[in-house]
Amino acid sequence: MKPNRLLPILLFAIYSFAQTTEVASFDYQQLQPLLHQNSESVQVVNFWATWCAPCIKELPYFEELNKLEGVEVLLVSLDFPKHKQKRLIPFVEKHKLQSKVVHLDDENENYWINEISTTWSGALPATLIYSQNRRGFYEQSFTKSELFKEVKSYF
Amino acid sequence: MKIIFFAYSLLFLSTPTDLVNGDGYKIGDVAIDFSLPNVDGEMVSLADFEDAKGFILIFTCNTCPYSVAYEDRIIALDMAYKSKGYPVIAINPNDPAAIDGDDLADMKVRATEKGFSFPYLQDVGQQVYPQYGATKTPHVFVLQKEGKNNIVRYIGAIDDSSRKPNKVKKRYVEQAVDALLAGKSPSTTTTKAIGCSIKTL
Repeated sequence: MKPNRLLPILLFAIYSFAQTTEVASFDYQQLQPLLHQNSESVQVVNFWATWCAPCIKELPYFEELNKLEGVEVLLVSLDFPKHKQKRLIPFVEKHKLQSKVVHLDDENENYWINEISTTWSGALPATLIYSQNRRGFYEQSFTKSELFKEVKSYF
Repeated sequence: MKIIFFAYSLLFLSTPTDLVNGDGYKIGDVAIDFSLPNVDGEMVSLADFEDAKGFILIFTCNTCPYSVAYEDRIIALDMAYKSKGYPVIAINPNDPAAIDGDDLADMKVRATEKGFSFPYLQDVGQQVYPQYGATKTPHVFVLQKEGKNNIVRYIGAIDDSSRKPNKVKKRYVEQAVDALLAGKSPSTTTTKAIGCSIKTL
């Protein structure tokens, strides 16, 4: 077989592999347990979207955090439901995101924004950090050093 | 002493967490007027609208998908309520130096494309949105005129389904303005919705 005949097969294989990326869509009731895990690790939950420029800028810092011992990162996408297949999943694949990614598809924002934090106005990006004895909510963008410093204060 | 006050106010304005933690207006507060450039080149103030009974003031922008998702609904609000005395006034709070696509020329293009029936103003120098306590786009403040004052009667979202217009169940702004027009207090005065952070350098 000539190499140029292999190429389509190879591309198809890559394509098939890429299509296996799955991102679960949750309503708030399904997401809620992930915001209240009784874990030894510090839990970092970042609310973001592929269209949110400041979110994308800080995403690599969360990916680095996720590699740390004793830290678990959850990336909660607020992309529009109609953009999940076209934008969110390709983004997760392109950037090879290692942190757990879920898509929050729940219209009742006026309910769950306050449930997540009464201090959250609803602006993105926003981040919840919690351990067994402390919870903090941050409606802001982080620099890498700010984020690491804040997370370390939970140990 | 003046210098100290000035320095303090600069410090205050430059601390984002203060804005986020609700140092803006609360229901019942008197909202400031402003004079900001509109996409048509004119300067616009609330005081220009002598016959208005109040305003649907919306901080919104060109670049936020949530704002874009609400454009048609904002036009519909203006169409429904301008004639009843509550015109829409849109203000873009983003610093155009902090994000591509939100300067006055871009705003003019968008206003023309969509046929905005309302003023679309630029918050030049970002002096207005921090006083209102807007944190995101879109962010609505319904104001009611009382004499020369504009009183804040509602703060929050346009409705309860930003991402799916066909799933709207509660039209918060309409309910608030309808109540005010009927001489009543709005039953829901504050709501929350997801939006884009206001862009600053």
